[in-house]
Amino acid sequence: MSIREIMTIVISAILINNYVLQRFLGVCPYLGVSKQIETALGMGMAVTFVMAIASAFTWMVQRYVLVPLNLAFLQTIAFILVIAALVQFVELVIRKSSPTLYQALGIYLPLITTNCAVLGVAVINVRAAYGFLPSLVNGTAAAVGFTLAITLMAGIRERIELSDIPPALRGVPITLITAGLLSIAFFGFSGMVK
Amino acid sequence: MNPARDFSNGLLRENPTFRLVLGMCPTLAVTTAAVNGLGMGLATTFVLVCSNLIISLFRKVIPENIRIPAYIVVIASFVTVVQLMMQGFTPELYGVLGIFVPLIVVNCIILARAEAFASKYGIIRSAADGLGMGLGFTWALTLLGAVREIIGTGNLSNTYQMFGIPQFSLRVIGGAYDPALITILAPGAFIVLGLMIGLINVLTRRN
Repeated sequence: MSIREIMTIVISAILINNYVLQRFLGVCPYLGVSKQIETALGMGMAVTFVMAIASAFTWMVQRYVLVPLNLAFLQTIAFILVIAALVQFVELVIRKSSPTLYQALGIYLPLITTNCAVLGVAVINVRAAYGFLPSLVNGTAAAVGFTLAITLMAGIRERIELSDIPPALRGVPITLITAGLLSIAFFGFSGMVK
Repeated sequence: MNPARDFSNGLLRENPTFRLVLGMCPTLAVTTAAVNGLGMGLATTFVLVCSNLIISLFRKVIPENIRIPAYIVVIASFVTVVQLMMQGFTPELYGVLGIFVPLIVVNCIILARAEAFASKYGIIRSAADGLGMGLGFTWALTLLGAVREIIGTGNLSNTYQMFGIPQFSLRVIGGAYDPALITILAPGAFIVLGLMIGLINVLTRRN
């Protein structure tokens, strides 16, 4: 695994194929938890934490349990259970070991089970036939991309709050249109990595 | 409240896409063409009806504390059924929808209906609610797909062999129309959906 390959995965997952803006994974929390920069950053960090761990665990489940037992068709059930259990476990560990971190991330953790980016990155890792390290890197980079997108969005939305928006577009519609414009901006990165 | 009313609830009043704004990932990702939206909608409807039925049937047996994991297992099982059926019967569509077929598991509409409806009411009402929500999701995705496809390519077409729908390609905007490709690219998904929700807000306010 060369540095070059790793950098390609990182840049691709953060900028070119941003999981929210180009692949539409994790749009629900992206629209729901992007009202303030502070909460957006908290959500981003919680997602990064879970996605890195989930990428590693789902890779191991696929490689050492599902494939040897010829149970690859149970992938969806196995992965969602692993992710749900993992989120619960991470919540418990953080609560016991680091109250400060728990205060920062605690409320976001339960929401992450149904964040499709977590399951999405696990499935993408398998479909791209990534090894252990690339899976871990891809999961972490994808989550960093999510954090970048949600923080940018929160910064814009803090300003939108103060602007005069036509009544019909207030709330979700203007957020979606803003996300579209951000997505156009991210198009500028396409073609950076071949 | 009766089953008929439960059914119509999801179609308009509480439409999952335009009113509740749930399940945004597949909504935005697969609606590059009307027929893709239709396929995704129907697959989700199947899972929604079946999981509502089973969860309603077992609602008195499932312990309160572990209900969410239990619901997720039920939902994931039906998603696997859909996945295998689509691989067998509509392989082209399965290829186009890609990872969004397994991701039906984390579509928040399904878990939301299990939690808010199927865990409280009987089998018939839960099935009616699932069907209404599913078809409400389906028409919304098909409409969004049609708008994006027509503006983005000028055509409305079906290239798959599925459900006996004939293959066709219809020129909707003719003449010297230069397609606005952006609507079928990623940014177009956000913008078209935002404008459509805005338009629906305007229309329903006037009534």
